[in-house]
Amino acid sequence: MSTAAKLNIRNLDSNEYFYGHKACGGCGESLALRLALKVLGDDAYLSLPAGCMAAVSFIYPNMAFKNNAIITPFASTAAVTTGIAAGLEALGKEKPLSVGFAGDGGTADIGIQSLSGAIDRGEKFIYICTDNEAYMNTGIQKSGLTPFGASTTTTPSGKVIHGNINEKKNMFEIVAAHGIKYAATASIGYLDDFINKVQKAKDCDGPSYIHVYSPCPTGWGHGAELSVDLGKEVVDTGLWYLAEYEEGEFKLNRKPKEFKSIHDHLVRQARFRHIGEDELKVIEETRDAKWAKMLKNWN
Amino acid sequence: MKDFEMSSRPEWRSLSDIPMGSSCPSFHITDINAGWRVFKPVVHIEKCIGCYRCYYVCPDGAIHMTSGKKAQMDFDFCKGCGICAHECKPKAIEMIKEEK
Amino acid sequence: MKDFAFLNGNEAIAYGVKLSRPHVIAAYPITPQTKAVEKLSAFVQDGELDCKYMHVESEHSAMACSIGSSSVGARTFTATSSQGLLYMSECLPYASGARLPIVMMNANRSIATPWNIYGDQMDSMHVLNSGWIQLYVEDAQEALDMVIQSFKLAENHEILTPVMINVDGFVLTHTYEKVEIPPQDQVDAFLPEIKAAPHLMSDENKMSMCISAGNQHYMEFKIKQHRDMFKVFDELEKIDADFLKSFGRNYGGAVEGYRNEDAEVLLVTTGSVTGTVRAVVDSMRDEGKKVGVIKLRILRPFPVDEICRNISQARAVGILDKNISFGYEGTVFTNVNSALQQKGLTISTTNFIGGLGGKDITKVNIRNMFENLLSGEGETVQYSNMGCAL
Repeated sequence: MSTAAKLNIRNLDSNEYFYGHKACGGCGESLALRLALKVLGDDAYLSLPAGCMAAVSFIYPNMAFKNNAIITPFASTAAVTTGIAAGLEALGKEKPLSVGFAGDGGTADIGIQSLSGAIDRGEKFIYICTDNEAYMNTGIQKSGLTPFGASTTTTPSGKVIHGNINEKKNMFEIVAAHGIKYAATASIGYLDDFINKVQKAKDCDGPSYIHVYSPCPTGWGHGAELSVDLGKEVVDTGLWYLAEYEEGEFKLNRKPKEFKSIHDHLVRQARFRHIGEDELKVIEETRDAKWAKMLKNWN
Repeated sequence: MKDFEMSSRPEWRSLSDIPMGSSCPSFHITDINAGWRVFKPVVHIEKCIGCYRCYYVCPDGAIHMTSGKKAQMDFDFCKGCGICAHECKPKAIEMIKEEK
Repeated sequence: MKDFAFLNGNEAIAYGVKLSRPHVIAAYPITPQTKAVEKLSAFVQDGELDCKYMHVESEHSAMACSIGSSSVGARTFTATSSQGLLYMSECLPYASGARLPIVMMNANRSIATPWNIYGDQMDSMHVLNSGWIQLYVEDAQEALDMVIQSFKLAENHEILTPVMINVDGFVLTHTYEKVEIPPQDQVDAFLPEIKAAPHLMSDENKMSMCISAGNQHYMEFKIKQHRDMFKVFDELEKIDADFLKSFGRNYGGAVEGYRNEDAEVLLVTTGSVTGTVRAVVDSMRDEGKKVGVIKLRILRPFPVDEICRNISQARAVGILDKNISFGYEGTVFTNVNSALQQKGLTISTTNFIGGLGGKDITKVNIRNMFENLLSGEGETVQYSNMGCAL
């Protein structure tokens, strides 16, 4: 356990390493990236696959990153990230810092193979998944991280099927099952928690993974000003949880005594407004079952 | 605040002017985002308590805390998303429709 | 005191890589390249080769890790074949567009379906447009030597283009010959440490790489890449001449002719089949027939001037393709015909498709090709050693 002072907005690096990007106003992912870079610094080498963050930061000639940064082929963020780490180490650089930032597809679907291989190889790298629960860059299509019930452009609320019928892939536990050195879930609604987890990943001497919930006004259908608010509320409803996996043990960072209303949270987003009583019941029961298991088995 | 120089868009006269590979220097910012705004955040300085919250939550990093610990916007890069106003506890930031 | 060993093509590649001192190797095993990466792993695990060996989980990741490693200035090697080459094919123009000096050995092997593990050149032809320099080697000595030459070529700051060394699957990767292993200090003098190019990422000069370009910029980026590729011919000749000075042998640059200057008819070949053709040329010459062979060592960039200069005096030229572009013809044939057209030359050309899926190309088959060229009869596109009628 680090005894260094906890990070907060006042002692955090005041430089901006991510500026002038073309993300939508109110973009949750870009906030996560901006703050993560204040912890990581501009010595970090960044790898980003096809996705919103790559698309808005590298449009010739407008380059928004201060860091060395590379767009990777879609399926291989973790491969390029670890290739950079290996190259820097072989060149004799002391403590190279190679970081991959990817969204839904680049992490949980097309990118999951290379992420698995990279964690298995066990070299130090940081991987941050900015989760906005769909393939936003290509037009809000369903991903493996789209939650049950959500309307996307490939799982619209139709006359026969009402939105997405699959559950969200549990990337946090998939990554933990690899025996990764450090993994955590986070949200842009709990920023102090997030930046301290990024610091832990920076200090970790093996692979580390952070999964940060990142609301998307364009894709979710909510006011741009609500991104941080919804990022907090989702944790308060128990639909998302703040947890860590460290030294082989799971730990919940936040155990709400009472959950906020799932219904009230969901109707603030257009992608859930079609939800009926049955679907809401499924969502509530899934949450309850998950929390029962976590409270029983995790620290 | 902007602590960097804006870069100019390159002019190409021949192939030798084109960058090698698909590379470009980092932090090479050529365009501002001001034209995106419909609403503009206006800080009522007397209400600002210097809590740093708006600076924390701006996805574009377009808010700077002055030496007197007051919020100041970079209007070249503010997109008018309104997160700052929504998150400001003392309601010191007001989103005002911008006259073009 | 020269150091010789009895090596197969895979091992020769491994020795060539070891001598070149790469920083990173990221490779996934696939028949018939496996012995090359196994030998390299043994070098690493025995402490004979000081480099980072990345046990990647797929060929796509092998090339992606190579992209990562090369993008920060590390000397990088990988190897693959067939299905693996196609699996990583998305990453090939990625690397060449980023102008990364990666060197890759491709064990030429057929492509499914049907499944077949033996050697032909369908795989490398499939990715001819990828922007990679494509070299073809005839024997194990050339394989070893070309690894060293390829790093020197790729890393030259005027070239900065990745290189694919094609080694015929099984017939070359798995057959043994006496190979000279040059001394490490001589290789170090010929191929010094890599000098990181300015467009790559570094602490001192922070870059954004593999950026996106709109329709007003993309074409210009690509035409620059394309035009830069033509610098390869002069550089390859220079490296070949320097290699002769340093090691006492060379290969003649883009094209190598054998008994071709006064030949009436010629066969154009790539890779190991050239050896068999040389033997047939000698027998037929003993019978007074004026035949010869031209070995194409490089297919991209395509040596239009060199190939035309070397075949223009013949009255008929056969192009031996171990590949087929379905619904058309062999790819080397297409390339040679276009070159002749560009130079305003009219020579009778015939395409001999053979060796697909490792089917034998025998001395008898080759003799028939020459007889066919000499007689001037037969179809423009012919299929060698077919087990049934067309």
